[in-house]
Amino acid sequence: MRFVPEQASNFAPEVDYIFYVLLALTIFFTFGVVFAIIYLSVKYRAGSKANRTRPPHHNTALELAWSVIPFLMGVPVFLWSAKLYVEMYSPKNTAGALNISVVGKQWMWHIQHPTGQRENNELHIPVNRDIKLMMISQDVIHSFFIPDFRIKKDVLPEYFSTQWFRATKVGKYHLFCAEYCGTNHSEMIGTVYVMTPEDYQKWLSDTKWGMNKFGRPDTMVEQGEKLFVTRCAGCHGAGKAATAPSLAGLFGKEREMADGRRITADEDYIRRSIYEPDAMVVKGYQNIMPSFKGQIDEQQVFEIIAYINSLSNPQIQAGTTLPTASRKQETKQ
Amino acid sequence: MSIAQKPNYLDSELGIKSWLTTLDHKRIGIMYLLVICVFFIVGGSMAALIRAELLTPKGDLLTSDAYNKAFTIHGVTLVFWVLIPAVPAVLGNFCLPLMIGARDVAFPRLNLLSWYVFTIGGVFGIMAVIFGGIDTGWTFYTPYSTSFSHTSVVLAVTAVFITGFSSIMTGLNFIVTIHKMRAPGMTWFRLPLFVWANYATSLIMVLATPVIAITVFLVGLEKVAHIGIFDPALGGDPILFQHMFWFYSHPAVYIMILPPMGVISEIVACFCRKRIFGYEFVAYSSLAIAIIGFIVWAHHLFTSGLSTYSAMVFSFLTFLVAIPSAVKVFNWTATFYKGEIHFESPMYFAIGFIGLFLIGGLTGLFLASLGTDIHFQDTYFVVAHFHYVMVGSAIMGFLGGLHFWWPKITGKLYAEGLARWAAVIIFLGFNFTFFPQFILGYLGMPRRYHSYSDEFQVLHVCSSLGATVLGFGYILTFCYLLYSVKFGAKAPKNPWGAKGFEWVTDSPPPTDNFDFKPVMREEAYAYKPDYEAPEVVHERA
Repeated sequence: MRFVPEQASNFAPEVDYIFYVLLALTIFFTFGVVFAIIYLSVKYRAGSKANRTRPPHHNTALELAWSVIPFLMGVPVFLWSAKLYVEMYSPKNTAGALNISVVGKQWMWHIQHPTGQRENNELHIPVNRDIKLMMISQDVIHSFFIPDFRIKKDVLPEYFSTQWFRATKVGKYHLFCAEYCGTNHSEMIGTVYVMTPEDYQKWLSDTKWGMNKFGRPDTMVEQGEKLFVTRCAGCHGAGKAATAPSLAGLFGKEREMADGRRITADEDYIRRSIYEPDAMVVKGYQNIMPSFKGQIDEQQVFEIIAYINSLSNPQIQAGTTLPTASRKQETKQ
Repeated sequence: MSIAQKPNYLDSELGIKSWLTTLDHKRIGIMYLLVICVFFIVGGSMAALIRAELLTPKGDLLTSDAYNKAFTIHGVTLVFWVLIPAVPAVLGNFCLPLMIGARDVAFPRLNLLSWYVFTIGGVFGIMAVIFGGIDTGWTFYTPYSTSFSHTSVVLAVTAVFITGFSSIMTGLNFIVTIHKMRAPGMTWFRLPLFVWANYATSLIMVLATPVIAITVFLVGLEKVAHIGIFDPALGGDPILFQHMFWFYSHPAVYIMILPPMGVISEIVACFCRKRIFGYEFVAYSSLAIAIIGFIVWAHHLFTSGLSTYSAMVFSFLTFLVAIPSAVKVFNWTATFYKGEIHFESPMYFAIGFIGLFLIGGLTGLFLASLGTDIHFQDTYFVVAHFHYVMVGSAIMGFLGGLHFWWPKITGKLYAEGLARWAAVIIFLGFNFTFFPQFILGYLGMPRRYHSYSDEFQVLHVCSSLGATVLGFGYILTFCYLLYSVKFGAKAPKNPWGAKGFEWVTDSPPPTDNFDFKPVMREEAYAYKPDYEAPEVVHERA
């Protein structure tokens, strides 16, 4: 039986350090007060001969001291912990990360790798590589929690949330939904497999994923491209700038709306434009796009985003995360 | 005895009608106690079901839906109909006017109305349980509650909505009572600290409760009329719900804990036979908790999607709110110094309170601290933490107060030896139940799980065994207190040798509280000889 969880991510040791500092403070104050109460209870029990002359009824200096000193003890912990929080929730450190998309729904986790592999309630990742999760829920609020990594982030419907981490130890770990989400909340669980980079490559190249002409599954960008061609290109394709804005080079740019708002074209913007096109109409265009709600699901939105992103970031098009072998093969053809 | 007993508030009028139409704050307090007991039994039996289910990793005793309903009913009933009203509505109602030397609260009719509103709200709550139950958790998080749950959410939020008004009425009544009804000489800094604590609590009740009323009203509206407020599929914002919910529900935690803290101040002063050390600090700390308690709510949202800057502000303020609580603990402890300490049952409960509150309060820091909260949020660590505060401490404080004032309330003495045992059993049972849950939480066991992974079983079994001990302690208390009502020895005016107006009137008090005109001529808690002996002007009432 264990009393402490494993430390299997880059964050785990630091979270634990702060935990132990807080634990030390807790023990210090609890035992301090308990011993004081026991000692004083014995010494000043009714009938004891202890000296009770001139009992103090207040002592401002002492009271200020025990207000201010514990507070000052808390401040460094607050600062340290806040610093860690910013680090844990800031995706800025994640350039070159493996971007994995997560869709939570009652009651399962649906996960897709940039190289196209999809899995349910399992997450296979390579050790010692930054992993960035982009997550959305299809229904209610869920929370993506891996205790041994000390990471957790709520997965909301209609808004993307992200978190990142780096697994540091090969092994099998629990994945839990931490936000109550209805009947089978306690079955919305899974397993995280942290693998050596070689094993991860092997896992990616398994034939069970299906084959395209390059001998591998379609990447998310490629799947997004297919969707784009069939669903979007009729209006947003090359040479159609009169009907609808071109999406090349769109990603991350600020755009001006018909009502004068300026909005950065990020993941949330693209997603909302697919589902609620009339919410944000680009300046100079008519509000004529139909909603694709019910026709394109959350997973496909991730793929379209990956494709649009790849239009402005060629390295994504090349697929930073494609197995090297298949990439070479691709260039040959 | 040849001389007929003077009538007291219990026997001056008899019959159910005399109770249901009473304007006497003491009777209303007792009526609150009865309703609270009903809900304590409902919520407690749900806890028993939960702990029985969690004995094994598989969900084998209840179905998932039944389990989800059990913990929701457990939370909703115990929060809204037990923990929030327990001390203010029962002990506050009974004692507060007595303690300030008043004949009743400022608005006796409003007081009776608040009980009716509370009870009607409770009936709606029971209806929600009977007609389908409710499975959202006591937090009613959207969009699950508004668009996904098929249970009696509307009845439950109606119940909460109605019950909220009784809190507001009680709070308003106390504020006016404390401002306007104090006896001559009862200055603000001569008020018993229990009165200060209830004053601070009343401010929270009046200012925060309307927000939960609005919030649950909007939940009902979204559920019934599909108006998009919280459900993003309808154009709403689910995080907005969390802000509004916790804007009330965090201060509500202070509604639950401040009044028991006031009880502890009374008991510690009495059984140390000494004025509370640093009276002013303790009084002001109640107000500080009430005020800062209003601006920490978003610490429940650290993993929900809060900007990192607001997370830092809320984390800092949460560290800050720990200070006035710590001050109270240190000041109680310092009161022991050069005291003359008597160990009778209320003191057992008070010391138990301090122990549980230390652990409950300090573990709050693990959750206030941002980096660690990411790990602990929504795990058993949180469950253990808030049970230590809201249940361990609050119920310990409530029971302490109930034992302290029981002779005054009923005019009877209970079995003192059993009461001491009960305090010890409850303290040990509580720790046995909830301490393992801290470890479970650190290991990553999420809350509200019907089934769980095998490795958590040992700790869950510990917790369930502890719950059995705890349940036994509560039942024991219930039995000997009930027994004393019928068979207890007659209580003297002042069985503990305590200070305060309530101890100079009869036990139980006459309907008008005092046969004399109370005048305060000394500091509060003037136990030591360096204070004047109590002096009471005996005039015809």
